[in-house]
Amino acid sequence: MLDVVVAIGCVTFVMMFVLNLGGLLTWVERKQSAIMQDRIGANRASILGFRVMGLFHPLADAIKMLTKEDFRPARADRLLFGLAPFVSVFFALVAFASIPFGDTLRIGDREFPLQAVTLNVGVLYVFAMLSLGVYGVMMAGWSSANNYALLGAQRAAALMITAEIAIGASIVGVIMVHGSLNMQDIVRGQGRLLAGWLPAWGILTQPLGFILFLTAGIAATKRIPFDMPEGESEIIGYFVEYSGMKFGMFAMADFLETVVIAGMTTALFLGGWQVPWLLADGVHFPWGTTVALPHLVVVGLQVGAFAVKVCVMIFVMMLVRWTLPRFRYDQAMRLGWLGLFPLSILNIVLTGAVLLLIGGQAS
Amino acid sequence: MRFGQRFYLIEAVQGVLLTAGHFFRNMGAHVARALGSRTARGAVTVQYPEERRPYSPRLRSLHRLVRREDGSPRCVACMMCETVCPARCIYIVATEHPNPEIEKVPERFDIDLGKCVFCGYCVEACPEDAIRMDTGILEFSSYSRRGMIYTKEMLLSLEPVGPDGRPTSPVPIPASRTV
Repeated sequence: MLDVVVAIGCVTFVMMFVLNLGGLLTWVERKQSAIMQDRIGANRASILGFRVMGLFHPLADAIKMLTKEDFRPARADRLLFGLAPFVSVFFALVAFASIPFGDTLRIGDREFPLQAVTLNVGVLYVFAMLSLGVYGVMMAGWSSANNYALLGAQRAAALMITAEIAIGASIVGVIMVHGSLNMQDIVRGQGRLLAGWLPAWGILTQPLGFILFLTAGIAATKRIPFDMPEGESEIIGYFVEYSGMKFGMFAMADFLETVVIAGMTTALFLGGWQVPWLLADGVHFPWGTTVALPHLVVVGLQVGAFAVKVCVMIFVMMLVRWTLPRFRYDQAMRLGWLGLFPLSILNIVLTGAVLLLIGGQAS
Repeated sequence: MRFGQRFYLIEAVQGVLLTAGHFFRNMGAHVARALGSRTARGAVTVQYPEERRPYSPRLRSLHRLVRREDGSPRCVACMMCETVCPARCIYIVATEHPNPEIEKVPERFDIDLGKCVFCGYCVEACPEDAIRMDTGILEFSSYSRRGMIYTKEMLLSLEPVGPDGRPTSPVPIPASRTV
């Protein structure tokens, strides 16, 4: 009974976290870009005169999308055209499942890992779900019976292969350091201290891997600077024939993928739910002071730390999205195949060499 | 390209730092403003319907007909403005003025703002200084062409722009405007 309750609780938490964050990102995108560009940003949607910094705009967007005409081109493939946005959103949503958002929760004498699904191949699972997301894009592009949509889908597929290979190869370094594919183990491994005081987060043990993973991850979200599947100034892209909420779902899938990449970066490189020097029984400062904390406070701090780190990563990704111009198609391909991929191979070799020097697995 | 530029990463990080600098500077100003600071300004935005930039005194805005002290139009229906108008948007019908000292007075004075090009020639041509374009009103759009025709009474009721650059009279709405 308790198992079921905790499992439902974890799944609900992950779903609410990802969905709400994804919905909120439309607001974050508008406001953050506005503040970066010395503007104010969308602030006109109001309920009874209350504007609340434009927070009603996502709501207004949803109403607009839902009440718009749902157009389908005459020659479009009925089944695939309708299915494509759902496939996109589905895989973006389920990808977050194996990312741990906290350590174990102790109720009575039972322990539950704070994670929607406990998988010993968690990294590969997230990775696989992200790659499957491109099927929705390809289905959309092919079934629209539109050459521009097909071109966009083709670019999306090419970009996804490029990005996925770089992501996969840059993760290998992390897996080598921690000796596990289980996300929970990887996060636990990052709780160690380097030289007695520095938390061994992935960004310190794998700096090159972090940069490569972040770059490839941004490419996997299909957003600027890697938005040539969309390319709104030239081909409009794979969703050119979509309207109403189906179009909105593609936009939502992009935001959800941003959340997933941010979550994965947090889990693999920013120590996941780790708070520096916080252990299961309290804070152990490196100078010897110990502050004991009750179990629930520790769990709350860990979940909070995870959420904050994910938000910071999303902020960084938004910053990149609103700073850099779009890569040309061939430039993105060159960056992926001649830049990221060889560098991630180099990262694997370097990691292996260092691990050999300091004597086997670090954890 | 320089050697460092070829890596793109350094340039990208510099760009991100620049935009992040803007973000945090503006965010600080926004927070200071929310906490009560009057001088902090995080954005250059002018929130248009509520805030207005002062218009230049030379701005040519919606026309108005200048009134005499008794409220009748100063216009003597000499047809100069109608003649000079390059867009032919002015339509005048003249009639007798009750005062024998004044020759004529317009019975109708219609300006079709859908045709007007806001060149200001009518103001220049007027020998009586009876038409001016200083109301500061710029919002008079309409969904129909008929709704753009402004009559004598509407133009007579307008006042010049205030010293703060805000229009002092309400925007007149033609009776023929449907929406």
